[in-house]
Amino acid sequence: MLKKCASRIYMVLIFAFLYLPIIVLIALSFNDSRSKVKWGGFTLRWYTGCFQDEKIMTAFVTTLQVTFLSAIISTLIGTLAALGIAAMKKRHQTIYLGATNIPLLNADIVTGISMMLLFVKFIDLGFVTVLLAHITFSIPYVILNVLPKMKQTNRSTYEAALDLGATPLYAFYKVTWPEIRPGVFSGFMMAVTMSLDDFSITYFTKGAGVNTLSTMLYTELRKGIKPELYALSTILFFAVLLILLAGNVYPGKKRVAAK
Amino acid sequence: MRKFKQQFLAGPYLIWIIGFILLPLIMILYYAFTNGDGSFTLSYITAIADETNRKAMGLSLRLGIICTIVCLVLSYPLAMILNNMKIKNQGLVVFIFMLPMWMNFMLRILAWKLLLSKNGVINSILTGFGLSRINIINTPTAVVLGMVYDFLPFMLLPIYNSMTRIRKDWIEAARDLGAGNVTIFLKIILPLTVSGIISGIVMVFVPSLTSFAISQVLGGGHVLLIGNVIEQDFMQGMQWNAGSGLSFVLMIFVIASMTIVNIFDKEGEGTSIC
Repeated sequence: MLKKCASRIYMVLIFAFLYLPIIVLIALSFNDSRSKVKWGGFTLRWYTGCFQDEKIMTAFVTTLQVTFLSAIISTLIGTLAALGIAAMKKRHQTIYLGATNIPLLNADIVTGISMMLLFVKFIDLGFVTVLLAHITFSIPYVILNVLPKMKQTNRSTYEAALDLGATPLYAFYKVTWPEIRPGVFSGFMMAVTMSLDDFSITYFTKGAGVNTLSTMLYTELRKGIKPELYALSTILFFAVLLILLAGNVYPGKKRVAAK
Repeated sequence: MRKFKQQFLAGPYLIWIIGFILLPLIMILYYAFTNGDGSFTLSYITAIADETNRKAMGLSLRLGIICTIVCLVLSYPLAMILNNMKIKNQGLVVFIFMLPMWMNFMLRILAWKLLLSKNGVINSILTGFGLSRINIINTPTAVVLGMVYDFLPFMLLPIYNSMTRIRKDWIEAARDLGAGNVTIFLKIILPLTVSGIISGIVMVFVPSLTSFAISQVLGGGHVLLIGNVIEQDFMQGMQWNAGSGLSFVLMIFVIASMTIVNIFDKEGEGTSIC
């Protein structure tokens, strides 16, 4: 009994450690006062302010564009790669998977810098370079989600379809696709969350002028905190919650899921 | 013949690997080992021994190790408690503990800056009760706190996953054979969760060793980690060769730490490089 009680208390303590900062942010986003501790009444003005703030909105739109473009492109390249890798000899598979692990295991700061060093040789840093960088670090998550599904598929079913006169594309659509679809979907969701969360790699590849939410927040944080940012945090927190509940992709993020 | 064709589907990815994974790494090596005029030098690698760099590297290692230990000490009991819960919705409870890590990385740091700053939430509450303020913002303590908050789920999840794989009958069998709780923990639970601990350590240690944003925001420029030195070399000083040299050294540290922990991971189930 005592043990049970102690473990409950321990759980509550960790829970408080994880959620108190978020609850404070949410509470302050409705607080009609610039003070951080006095409750000045309920207000939505930080929310309207947040939507009128040009800096925040531009960063928000850029983030959405980068996230969805990079997720779609990396899902495409990653799924094709998984299909190809599954058909390779063991030795080639090892080489491909080794290369896939590099962006997963390398420090973000090194990945970001290395890409910046390459990009500046050819184009100006900006939206395109951020997009290329996000695609690069998202592809591994797609591959690691699709490849296990691909290995579970039975190759003879696909070959049977071909023998029965199906074109390769039709056989893929009817036989292989239904089996790998969940993996492709969770890979896409993982690419979305990785891209939304990234700071370091974006920071080094963005150049001047372009900002995602993460890099915009970083610049703002060094100056001080505006209450509009609390509103933004609250909106984002619930948006992520909705996406997760809809996508049912929990639990497992980042390298945790990469295994 | 068909098999041969299917391999080509990985073609775009091969181009991507060469163009955006290997070439960038070669660029870092090139800048790390050459002078401004393109001649070979080792001075940017040995620059790690300079006083500022050595101190920053030492501090990074120290904070990284502290953060990893704190995360491990906090996560392990929690993983055990979560795993032993006898309720239907265990998945939901685990989800609740994982949810904060989906919140934007910068926003989580923002929340801590808000709590810890001089006139921040914690200090206002403390003075409200007539207690003395705590001044940990802009110190290494604040940075470690931010790191622990950011990386705790990376430790919790692999340990919890490895625990769920332990079958209940093994523990019951041990109990039937007369083993006490301590023996069960030392002989069954701990050895079977080693791989989870190992991946947790890698996943927490690498980002905490190499982070620069947390120390910048919560350390207010007073806590200089190796990541901050590299960032300044690139973004302020335009000293690309010096920054690349330090990045290369940092990469060596990352690889070394992974190799060291992988030695302990006999089953090779942890974060393997291949």
